Amino acid sequence: MLITKVKEREKIIAALRNKNIFVFKCFGCKEVYFPEEEIDSLLEEAGVKNRVARVDYLCREEFAEKYYKKYENILKDAEAVIVFSCGVGIQVLAKILPDIPVIPACDTHYINGFQGLTAQDADCQQCGECWLNITGGICPITSCSKGLLNGPCGGAKEGKCEVDKNMDCGWVLISERLKLLKEEGALHKKSTNIRDYRLIIEGGKRSEE
Amino acid sequence: MNFEEKLKSGKMVITSEIGPPKGTNIMPHIKEAEGIKDKVDAFNVTDLQSSVMHLGSLATSRLLAERGLEPVFQITCRDRNRLALQSDLLSASVLGIRNVLVITGDHTVLGDHPQAKPVFDLDSVSLLKVASGLMKGKDMVGNELDGIPEFFLGAVVNPGYEPQELQIMKMEQKIEAGARFFQTQAVYDLTSFESFMKRVLPFGAPVLGGIVLLKSAGMAKFMNKNVAGVNIPDKYINMMAAADKKDRPKVSISIAAELIKGMKTLCSGIHIMSLGWEKYIPDVLEASGF
Ligand code: SF4
Ligand code: SF4
Repeated sequence: MLITKVKEREKIIAALRNKNIFVFKCFGCKEVYFPEEEIDSLLEEAGVKNRVARVDYLCREEFAEKYYKKYENILKDAEAVIVFSCGVGIQVLAKILPDIPVIPACDTHYINGFQGLTAQDADCQQCGECWLNITGGICPITSCSKGLLNGPCGGAKEGKCEVDKNMDCGWVLISERLKLLKEEGALHKKSTNIRDYRLIIEGGKRSEE
Repeated sequence: MNFEEKLKSGKMVITSEIGPPKGTNIMPHIKEAEGIKDKVDAFNVTDLQSSVMHLGSLATSRLLAERGLEPVFQITCRDRNRLALQSDLLSASVLGIRNVLVITGDHTVLGDHPQAKPVFDLDSVSLLKVASGLMKGKDMVGNELDGIPEFFLGAVVNPGYEPQELQIMKMEQKIEAGARFFQTQAVYDLTSFESFMKRVLPFGAPVLGGIVLLKSAGMAKFMNKNVAGVNIPDKYINMMAAADKKDRPKVSISIAAELIKGMKTLCSGIHIMSLGWEKYIPDVLEASGF
């Protein structure tokens, strides 16, 4: 079972209307709640015809690499990549395209026990409100030991997390990625991020239906 | 003058800290604080420092306040969710505690109950924002409060942390969220502290430079290896290593005094973390010219 929901429609359409974007939609997991019709209607409304890749198992680095090669020419000068997939797929793609903003178009609510390949190349905790657009495509929930959303704690030493010297500090990685994307200003933002834990429960409920 | 007024007056402010014990034997700590109350403007009370289970910071802060000492109630996000955090802030207020230092907190696995559930429902920035909201009469979902608390909110910053940019960004976010003063991680390098202060001076929030009294060369090496943002220069490690055990406090005091003298002109105050060596604080202050 995989449950993703498209983020706020107006915002996604606005993002899709920008020039030089490229879209990935992932349909790897077959028995899923994945809003395919909604996505297609969104793309139509935004007038996106070309520059869309329908792929599967974006969550696998080896597959994602292949897609990248296939679309390399267009991707090279894309200003942003908008991705309809679970949080793992988005992160894997962001790793391959570290200097292009990779924007999540879906929130991942539930990912457990789906049929298909097991995602191993990145981790998504199905928080239900994907933050990858503000963190350069690196998940703050799974790459930071405290799941912090407003920048790092003061505990990292030489880029390693206070919890374990063999673990990179997620926020140091995020800040490096944002620098590469020339978005480091995003960290100086004035808004404060706070999680909504209802979204996990809602995701769980839906799966029982 | 209370702590806030002293900071505003531009006078050099001195804070120290009390680490509540594991157990109920708090009186010796309170006595220790009372003994130096003429020299110290406010006492931080640590909140389960290093994620080790201790007596609480709220109760200890109240015991200080009752005796006319000014506490700085430290509150971390490690152990409580947003309901409990807001409730404890209200409790602090009715107990007469005004100064609150908001911290994200060390991870649970670093402490003596590594099996515990790490909470981190909020973090330092979001809790500051929530505390500021309480001061405006609203809880974090917008419900009206019956009786509005008043706080003097502070936060921490780690000047030696690399990349420094990230600490400065966090500091700006904390100020935006309501932090009115800062206490720093231990400083051992005056040159880098000076460049840090130059960058944050325009923010206008008073900074109290952190001092940790070195107890031995071994402790210094341990800190260099394990404590974020701490880089104790070899010269201090060598001074500690060369000292006889009985002379170590003297050497440690002289190192602290050298650092404090250097920091005095750069920031608004000094925060001394004595880690059990409270009895040497008067000597440190005297040697630093206070
Ligand atoms: S922020 Fe992380 S946990 Fe939340 S949906 Fe995105 S990838 Fe998954
Ligand atoms: S050191 Fe980095 S990864 Fe670890 S808890 Fe702090 S911010 Fe998160």
